[in-house]
Amino acid sequence: MSIELKNISYTYMPKTPFEHLALDDISITVPEGKITAIAGHTGSGKSTLIQHFNGLLKPSKGTILVDGVDIGKKNTEAKAARRKVGIVFQYPEYQLFEETISKDISFGPMNIGCSEAETLERVKQAMAFVNLDYDKYAHRSPFQLSGGQKRRAAIAGILALQPKYLVLDEPTAGLDPKGREALMEKFRRLHRERGTTIVLISHNMDNIASYADNVIILNKGKVTMEAPPEEVFSQKELISQAGLELPEVKTIMNELAQNGLEIQNNAYTMDKAVEEIIEALRRKGKC
Amino acid sequence: MLTDITLGQYFPGNSPIHNMDARVKIVLLFIYIVAVFLFDNHINYGIMTAGAIGVVLLSGLPLGMILKSIKPLWWIILFSFGIHLFSTPGEPIFKLWNFVMTKEGIIQGFIISLRLVLMIAISSLLMFTTSPLKLTDALESLMSPLKKIGFPAHELAMMMTIAMRFIPTLLEETDKIIKAQQSRGSDIGDGNFFQRAKGMIPVLVPLFISAFRRADELAIAMEARCYQGGVDRTRMKQQRLHNVDFWAGGIFGVFLISLILVQFTL
Repeated sequence: MSIELKNISYTYMPKTPFEHLALDDISITVPEGKITAIAGHTGSGKSTLIQHFNGLLKPSKGTILVDGVDIGKKNTEAKAARRKVGIVFQYPEYQLFEETISKDISFGPMNIGCSEAETLERVKQAMAFVNLDYDKYAHRSPFQLSGGQKRRAAIAGILALQPKYLVLDEPTAGLDPKGREALMEKFRRLHRERGTTIVLISHNMDNIASYADNVIILNKGKVTMEAPPEEVFSQKELISQAGLELPEVKTIMNELAQNGLEIQNNAYTMDKAVEEIIEALRRKGKC
Repeated sequence: MLTDITLGQYFPGNSPIHNMDARVKIVLLFIYIVAVFLFDNHINYGIMTAGAIGVVLLSGLPLGMILKSIKPLWWIILFSFGIHLFSTPGEPIFKLWNFVMTKEGIIQGFIISLRLVLMIAISSLLMFTTSPLKLTDALESLMSPLKKIGFPAHELAMMMTIAMRFIPTLLEETDKIIKAQQSRGSDIGDGNFFQRAKGMIPVLVPLFISAFRRADELAIAMEARCYQGGVDRTRMKQQRLHNVDFWAGGIFGVFLISLILVQFTL
């Protein structure tokens, strides 16, 4: 099962001088159980695209299937399908509103009709997951937290919905490097332990290189590539056309290959690059 | 969604109406509105409607935009039409219990609706063809004589500029927050009045917080640039009258004179 987009087009403010085609005939598949990255320059349509995943925006043309159900319909089945997709928007801390953190995280589960006991259980789980100690933080105001903690509390608010598909729009924007790494590790754990399918929106190619199984490149509302990372990163031209950069590791590897080191040049993560370089050197008999 | 709202939004263009000085536009608009409510000759209504349509055509804006700006006030127009329909004494046409619909009522209701439509259409034309910055500059310049009696014209214009500057930003923010809360399963805009009012809390609280945050940041940014309001500030864009303004004034003068002539001679 998967999220399938078929020939999606979306126009902002149709029939006005500001009319703008944000998405142009997009057909992609987000396979279940994988981490899919969507990359693109600012204004490429990433954020518009993900709002289609749970029906926040209705496409001007095309259909969206979540686990085979058309979410554009108006029946309970479609509603249930929409709820399988949880979206963490950019700067999610701006959606916090309740008096206490636990109340804020309960907002989602209560809305979808969980019992109080169930909700409490989900809140505890979600808070544990983002490393917010329940006993210490549950009854504090979310507005007293630090920036990073607010972000985690807001993410817990989505996790408490226990979505099958979790969409993350630049989840690490504005965090320090340490916080970034820690947060991405949490999502990786979520993916590994619960099998949650993750869609990661980013223009940070280093992040994408280390986490994604599958990469979709958007450029001016069109999909220019949909492939596994090694394939995507070998197409240097298309990447720079989309206004993106290769991951740092890949850039270094390309330089090495250009300067005569006989590496396979498939690596795009640090560990694999080290292996390739050692192997190449060994073949040369220098190591 | 929310960001699709067009009321009071500037549509860039290069028509004579766009190029007119904003002060001239405001003054002429003001006189036009007074005229719409002053002259009650039927031929004059025709002239004023023709004038309005002419100006809209000249501006090159799609007619649909203007009609859309009338839409939010549709109920008020309908309401005043209804009131006049039944409350004007005259030749009865139709009787429903205690309410009498008269021929004069129909005419009077129609006239009132026409006045409202003309007023809204022309005012929104001003908003559509004038950038908010030019508009507030013009207002400041028009209000500046009042500075002598201690009226804070500059500060008021600055406040208006800032307020207008943040309308789209806050709308966008609202849209984002609504979407974020909808993604958490909230049904905003569903249910009865109380449920809907309660459904607004998850939107309003974050919105207020972000508005205060933005206000604070803006204040600091202005302070850091040593902003001081009022006396002796020069402008990057001086407001000057051009040929198009004199033409507009001339044509409007002819228009006004013909209205007065029709009113008092026919």
